[in-house]
Amino acid sequence: MTEVDAGLWTTVADVAAALCLLAGAFLTFAAGVGVVRFPSLLARMHVVTKPQVLGLVLLLLALGLRVRSWSAVALLLLVVVFQLATAPVAAHLVSRAGFRTGKVDETGLHPNEMGEVPDDDPPASATSGPRAP
Amino acid sequence: MTVVVVVAAVLVAVAALLALVRIERGPSMLDRALGLDLLTAGLVGAIAIEAAWSRRTETVPILVAMSLVGFVGSVVLSRFAAREPGSEPGSDAHASGEVPPEDRIDGQGGRQ
Repeated sequence: MTEVDAGLWTTVADVAAALCLLAGAFLTFAAGVGVVRFPSLLARMHVVTKPQVLGLVLLLLALGLRVRSWSAVALLLLVVVFQLATAPVAAHLVSRAGFRTGKVDETGLHPNEMGEVPDDDPPASATSGPRAP
Repeated sequence: MTVVVVVAAVLVAVAALLALVRIERGPSMLDRALGLDLLTAGLVGAIAIEAAWSRRTETVPILVAMSLVGFVGSVVLSRFAAREPGSEPGSDAHASGEVPPEDRIDGQGGRQ
């Protein structure tokens, strides 16, 4: 796919790719350990969101340093942008669903920003409902 | 390079196995959604390691598709999350999102 000449920069790129590969695999492994050992839903959400995304970005960086073609690097950049855009959205949806269905222990949350929501009516109907005279 | 690739592949495989443990053990459906997210990420990482080992670029579109599929799965599972009996402490704090027991789609639908 790409012609490989045995030069200095090829060696430097391969060594950097190896380091990124090890770091990314270690971060993914740390995410796996955390998702088993952490006690609550929000802690697991944290460990699935942050170290896993960083580990995946490092693995894709290693792949981009190893294959040195611009089309593959463009696709890998697309994957990185997708991950960085969708991981906060997925974590927010998971934590909000956990709040709504009562799976979060709220005594440990000091700025509890979802505690003021009234229990019986959803906020969508409270804002857009018909205002009866 | 071979030693580095083997070590990285073993680490990612162990992470995927731990995600499977969380999927099997998870007390709620959202924990299983998180485990599936991590499993998809481990699969993407394994494909990336294999492509970096053999310098191939044919498998790179699979990475794009897998990252989008993982996001859609996590969103759908958290969208249809339901109340479950006695899962975590503080589970009586919110009464919104109440679902009748026959409409639950979680693994332990209204058994206890």
